[in-house]
Amino acid sequence: MSRFPTLDRREFLRVSALAGGGLLLGAWLDFGTNGMLEAAEAPLTDGEFSPNAFIRIAPSGSITIMAKNPEIGQGIKTMLPMLIAEELDVDWSAITIEQAMSEPAKYGSQVAGGSTATPTNWEPLRKAGAAGRQMLVAAAAQAWNVPAAECTTASGVVTHKASNRQMTYGALATAAAAMPAPDMATVTLKDPKNFRIIGKPMTGVDNHKVVTGQPLFGIDVVVPNMVYGTFEKCPVFAGKAVSANLDEIKALPGVKNAFIVDGGTVLNGLLSGVAILADTWWAAKSARTKLKVTWEEGATAQQSSAAFKAKAIELFTQAPARALRADGDVNGAFAAATKTVEATYEYPFLAHATLEPQNCTASFTNDAIEIWAPTQNPQSGRVLVSKTLGIAEKDVAIHITRSGGGFGRRLNNDYMVEAAMIAKLAGVPVKLLWTREDDIRHDFYRPAGFHKLKGAVDASGKLTAWQNHFVTFSNNGTDFVPSAGMDGTEFPSLAVANRNVSVSTMPLGVPTGYLRAPGSNALAFVNESFIDELAHAARKDPLQFRLELLAQLPTETPRGAMVPSRMKGVLEQVAQKSGWGTRKLPKGSGMGIAAYFSHRGYFAEVVEVNVSRAGALTVKKVWAVGDVGSQIINPSGAMNQVEGSVIDGIGEALAQEITIEAGRAKQSNFNDFPLIRLKQVPVIDVSFRITEYPPTGMGEPALPPVVPALCNAIFAATGKRIRSLPLTKHNLSWA
Amino acid sequence: MPAIVINGKSYEVSAEPETPLLWVLRGELKLTGTKYGCGIAACGACTVHLDGQPIRSCVTPLSAVGSKAVTTIEGVSGAEADALNTAWNDGDVVQCGYCQTGQLMSACALLRTTPSPTDQDIDEAMSGNICRCGTYPRIRAAIHAAAAARTPTV
Repeated sequence: MSRFPTLDRREFLRVSALAGGGLLLGAWLDFGTNGMLEAAEAPLTDGEFSPNAFIRIAPSGSITIMAKNPEIGQGIKTMLPMLIAEELDVDWSAITIEQAMSEPAKYGSQVAGGSTATPTNWEPLRKAGAAGRQMLVAAAAQAWNVPAAECTTASGVVTHKASNRQMTYGALATAAAAMPAPDMATVTLKDPKNFRIIGKPMTGVDNHKVVTGQPLFGIDVVVPNMVYGTFEKCPVFAGKAVSANLDEIKALPGVKNAFIVDGGTVLNGLLSGVAILADTWWAAKSARTKLKVTWEEGATAQQSSAAFKAKAIELFTQAPARALRADGDVNGAFAAATKTVEATYEYPFLAHATLEPQNCTASFTNDAIEIWAPTQNPQSGRVLVSKTLGIAEKDVAIHITRSGGGFGRRLNNDYMVEAAMIAKLAGVPVKLLWTREDDIRHDFYRPAGFHKLKGAVDASGKLTAWQNHFVTFSNNGTDFVPSAGMDGTEFPSLAVANRNVSVSTMPLGVPTGYLRAPGSNALAFVNESFIDELAHAARKDPLQFRLELLAQLPTETPRGAMVPSRMKGVLEQVAQKSGWGTRKLPKGSGMGIAAYFSHRGYFAEVVEVNVSRAGALTVKKVWAVGDVGSQIINPSGAMNQVEGSVIDGIGEALAQEITIEAGRAKQSNFNDFPLIRLKQVPVIDVSFRITEYPPTGMGEPALPPVVPALCNAIFAATGKRIRSLPLTKHNLSWA
Repeated sequence: MPAIVINGKSYEVSAEPETPLLWVLRGELKLTGTKYGCGIAACGACTVHLDGQPIRSCVTPLSAVGSKAVTTIEGVSGAEADALNTAWNDGDVVQCGYCQTGQLMSACALLRTTPSPTDQDIDEAMSGNICRCGTYPRIRAAIHAAAAARTPTV
């Protein structure tokens, strides 16, 4: 049975879906269902108008817009409804915004990941708003017996100027609900110069609730009769619980139940562990300090960061396992070079450390489950819960709560399937909350990586050969573990005639995943730092050297690839903003530059640092220039994302590292995995370069270039080249 | 059963004396505006006031509260709190928002002792509060804005 019945509004729904869905399906892959224009299934009261799943207008005049995607701090609950409200032509202050549940059949993709929400929703959600407006206009035109083309709208009112008549959207709601849904091909969108909401800095729609401490987050969810849970997994990833002192634990104060949960070996599925349930979370956690578990640790216990590094160094002495991209004559270019540069770069595993630890509340009854989760990916969570619990996907209802940070961590739903299984086994609603130590020790880490690079420059200072032997992780020698891959076309490969980008791999039992700007957050450090090394070897200004490389790229770029002119644009703008090359700085101070294309966005950044003689680093200022297309939808949110990304990248570079020892994470809390703090934060100057391309997302692309720009600035200040992270490993003192 | 005073109201609570105040607030009293972040006083998400002083409730046992007045984000009030609330909204400080109640409690305590804080005062008072999203520049600006709003203009 399902406790979540569909309501009896199918006939109307079918009409609008048929009329509208097809075009969207064809034009927008992310709306891979024709449910886009299905009417809302929330119970409509008499006379309500719901032209599609995103809009509800009551006769009273109240207007509700659904926010479809998970809010993880990226501002999407504000930004996506702005698109709808703009084209519906209502006042921003007049609408109520509601968080949608996970219902992809109605809302399309509801994933917060890959900075995809802006490019995939920019047109469809504006069209959803415009379709609603068109139906309201049609209702007014019919009521007044005038041509729709003579009617105008503004602020939720339809006006027929010639006859001096007006009706509010509320007054038209009942009549509009009887109008046929428009053919989406005929729905017209506003000229951007007439935008009244898009492009205006809007403050977050939940800011007031946040600052007054109202319950919004997964951790705040309370359901009747719930018990609180803690779950201890094997410190070695995917190790199995064989036995535990369960009777002793069950006798402790407040404890309601304790049991072993069987798990598998798929790292992002349900893993084995011991659940303790109590009437308060503190009682459960206190009982856990008495828990004694016999673990079967498994083969991963043999793995360590030190061994990975040793193996990488060994692999560097051998021929790479396979080429990712090989063209021209690399060896010939090295032989003919005026100068060659060789260097080895490495970076560590990193945790996400969302400030809200992983948690989930689940209530299981009669083969159906209701879940409240801070998740970035409710769709994959539903599939995982359905398969693991052996229930139908339609019987998994997921409420998307606000997430206290995401950064890619909550694209995996391990905590969700744990809560679901524990609730099923316990037979009572369960709120599972991880400790911070659970969170740091059971993450899906940004994978560590190792690169051996070699480049050649000729007498004119031109880069003539580029070689990168990447040592990364794979368990079958072919498929990279999540987020551990690289593309052979990574800049500057295609700008160099003689190139050899290759890879060797090692097996890994440590879970890895997508950390903000995955792949890019590490590869930018490596490539943009080594480009800086080569620029110095070529005796060229690093900005000039980059511009020359960009000029060597083919001008015809495949769809989705970097457009050189856009990268050139942000580099030139950041140089101008920062006064690049015009300021003479004393030793100990320096500026570094880097640029990177990721998630469809272009960012160039300059970092200015000061390093004391004793080696104390101060990051003084960062200039960031981005090109994310023709329109910054919410300038306030966009600036916040850039500032946050820059700070995030600096924080990662300064001090963050997860060390694997004996198959487990050594670090466990903010004392040994330090996050950046206010007093370490530089002044940040953000600006955008507006281009004619469609708008793209803001959650990630500003992060990658800040890491190499910082390291290049340290080189400029001290002459010390940073080839491994974090910076705490380096003595930056100079004489 | 010990009685504690929270936001001006007396509550009889059943928790053991060693229970951290955070879990009394979040669990028994369902005052969930105070957040759990680390459990070791390293992130500041659990900041509340004890007789007006900012403390980390995750390491403050119930037994240490006694008759002292506890103020949480749900009950904090007064000119400083109002000015900060307005500045946080106007400055659009929030990203995920999880740390912000703790940030506000620390900022409120700062403004009560230091009505016109310098950047260095802010560094010292606020560096115990982590913002994982990196809203620090806006936090700094909002504290300055709140201080300016509180300072009578000549």
